[in-house]
Amino acid sequence: MDNQFIINEPLPFCKGCGHTVVSKSTEKALQKLQLNPRDVVLVTDIGCHGIIDKAFATHTVHGLHGRSVALGSGISAGLDNPDKKVIVFVGDGGATIGMQHLIDASHNGFNMTVVIHNNMLYGMTGGQPSEFTPEGFKTPTLPEGAQHAGYDICALASEAGAAYVKRISAIGDISDELAEAFSRKGFSLLEIMEICPSYGVKSNPGLKLKQLMKNAGLDEKVYADKEPRAYKTEERSETSSLLSSKLKIEKNYDSKLSKPIRMFLSGSAGEGVQAAAELFIRAGMKSGLQVTKKGSYPVTVGVGFSASHLILSPDEILYSDSPQPDVMIVSSKDGLSFARKQVEKLDENKLLFIDDSLELPETKAKVVSLPFREEAGARNAMIYALFHYLNQSGFMPMEALKEVFGNSKISGNKKLSELVSGKF
Amino acid sequence: MQALTDGSRLMTESLVRSGADVFIGYPITPANNLYAYSKNRFKTFLAAPDEITTMQWMCGFSIAGHLPVTATSFPGFSLMMESINMAYMMELPMVIVLVQRLGPSTGTATCGAQGDLTLLEGMLSGGYNLPVLATSKANDCWTLAEKAVKTANKLRSPVVFLTSKEEMMTQFSFDLGLLEEISPVKRTFYSSDETYYPYKRDENAIPAFLPVSSNKHQVRITASTHNEQGILEGISEAALKNTLMISEKIEKNLGSYLDYELDEKEDAEILLVSWGVTANAVREAARELNNSGKTVSTFIPKTLLPLADVYVDIITKYKHIVFAEENHNSQLKKLIYGARVPSNVHCVNKIGRMIDPMEIIEEVKKHG
Repeated sequence: MDNQFIINEPLPFCKGCGHTVVSKSTEKALQKLQLNPRDVVLVTDIGCHGIIDKAFATHTVHGLHGRSVALGSGISAGLDNPDKKVIVFVGDGGATIGMQHLIDASHNGFNMTVVIHNNMLYGMTGGQPSEFTPEGFKTPTLPEGAQHAGYDICALASEAGAAYVKRISAIGDISDELAEAFSRKGFSLLEIMEICPSYGVKSNPGLKLKQLMKNAGLDEKVYADKEPRAYKTEERSETSSLLSSKLKIEKNYDSKLSKPIRMFLSGSAGEGVQAAAELFIRAGMKSGLQVTKKGSYPVTVGVGFSASHLILSPDEILYSDSPQPDVMIVSSKDGLSFARKQVEKLDENKLLFIDDSLELPETKAKVVSLPFREEAGARNAMIYALFHYLNQSGFMPMEALKEVFGNSKISGNKKLSELVSGKF
Repeated sequence: MQALTDGSRLMTESLVRSGADVFIGYPITPANNLYAYSKNRFKTFLAAPDEITTMQWMCGFSIAGHLPVTATSFPGFSLMMESINMAYMMELPMVIVLVQRLGPSTGTATCGAQGDLTLLEGMLSGGYNLPVLATSKANDCWTLAEKAVKTANKLRSPVVFLTSKEEMMTQFSFDLGLLEEISPVKRTFYSSDETYYPYKRDENAIPAFLPVSSNKHQVRITASTHNEQGILEGISEAALKNTLMISEKIEKNLGSYLDYELDEKEDAEILLVSWGVTANAVREAARELNNSGKTVSTFIPKTLLPLADVYVDIITKYKHIVFAEENHNSQLKKLIYGARVPSNVHCVNKIGRMIDPMEIIEEVKKHG
């Protein structure tokens, strides 16, 4: 049988290496499946096995150590074509590094076959043990032998959802086993046991592969053979523009504002601070103003403070922070804790709206202390305070805020709606 | 048409309209909005289990002929770096949006920063650069996103699109009518009957691209040092030449993706320089200073890497140069001047908050 897939010989492996068995059997297996070299994408990892790709006439991709399974997964999902066979060659070292990728590919059911060349050590770098090294197996850097059993990747991949999993040894012609794995849809994995002739044999003189496998409980058998859950890449023909006309905010009102107002709202997470701030700037836009809103909150968005820096301006806003706000609104204890220093720095030209349940910090600002929380409830204290502030400042029409409020979900709160319509 | 938006929305829409077809990502603050918008807008969206997987899947999709995008912040980006080196070496088109936040390490997720520029300058082993574009105002989220996609395709290279927390998360009023039309990138793949060499270059040092979906030609994609056929060759003359030609490609074509904003005032002796999130503070400081009779010019580079010679030409014309950056060591200044900074170069630096235009004005007033 003439080679169709291996075009450069001799193969680059040590005499007696199982990698040669895998490569030559791959040639036969692909021929048995009547595949064309262009039907196959061979993805190789780092390690002795990885230098094989230049011998192959298939498409070849040579990546990083431990990442070949993830790279092959991306190629498979990117091609999304069951007629293209993605085959990943990886060693036990690469499989150790990229264990999550193996579990993940099994779980997702990517259309590919992973062939693990398991010679139970890192061969290219001097024979260090991998997480696949069986108990008692010696390597040049572990002459006392491994202290515990290696991973059973066949059991792990099966458990994670692989469609077809089998462990065999690299002895004789294994092309039927490879062809069986290659022919499967979804994710298939073949673990091929070998002993590295340079490091494994020398460190474990007289040890036979089959005996070692038996002692380690590494059975040659099929671990999974089930209906494939083959991955299908979602490709939507049409998605909606993020800039739809729904975003449009019409100017219906006029503002008296002649220079920017910088505001700092500070309250508690979960109490509608960001939503209130957004309503306020929307009202600003309805009044023809330029606006910015910069949120500030801890990563745990449901607890602690929640603050918002707003700027409303008749002109273009460039710098969007407000380290020296004209107005501060504090609606809760968390908000006060976060904003206390800022409150203390306010001068006599600044304005502080603060819930009257809070201790008033020392400040030169003009203070408006009202029972926002008591009257509107904690969840609505900030928007209620903003109504009060606009009522006092009058820099844009109250109707603008009422309109955006009326169109928002918050207006569904009966008590708040009555308060707003009654007072403003 | 006035709308309330944020930079993430503009950027995502522009990336899609420009022809990026896949978003792959792992969520991280402050890149979350990009992830969320992309989930609904990209034709294909993949939620990866981590950032190493993200970048490997990105490479896989690119090898298969797609133009993928991801968005992350430093903790995720640092995990991606080995794979970005791989993508650079394989010469795979893709866009990586890096949303800066306060570091080092996990730092503060919800605080912005400009701390990753020197990281990007040194991230490729060997000291090579890949193209880095940086937003400096809302409209850049639109125009530079298109440039990022088209540069990635044209140069057959990963492109880093640098931005920061406030640029991506702050909401602002914006006239959508100002946005220019975007046409999707036209991708051309190798179509000749002659043997395909994946790293054989044209006169601009750019190799023709062919996905592994090809039924006609063999495609070899390789991360290790390789010749123009894509075959590992160690330090052969052909392989080393190829390595140098990748860098040559990025440098030689700089003119096609060079972007900066220069507002030169006649008789100005002071130049304000910034990039990214601090650019607007510089623009505002300049507006104030010029309105008050103190003339200053401004220079906002948007193509940050590789550094263009013209940047040095612009800067060295001025008697005083003030750099403003939200980091502790003026990273752009460091890239331009190295260890020897002339005495007429001054800096405004802050970490943990945005730089106030007043702080820039105060610095300017110290120098005439």
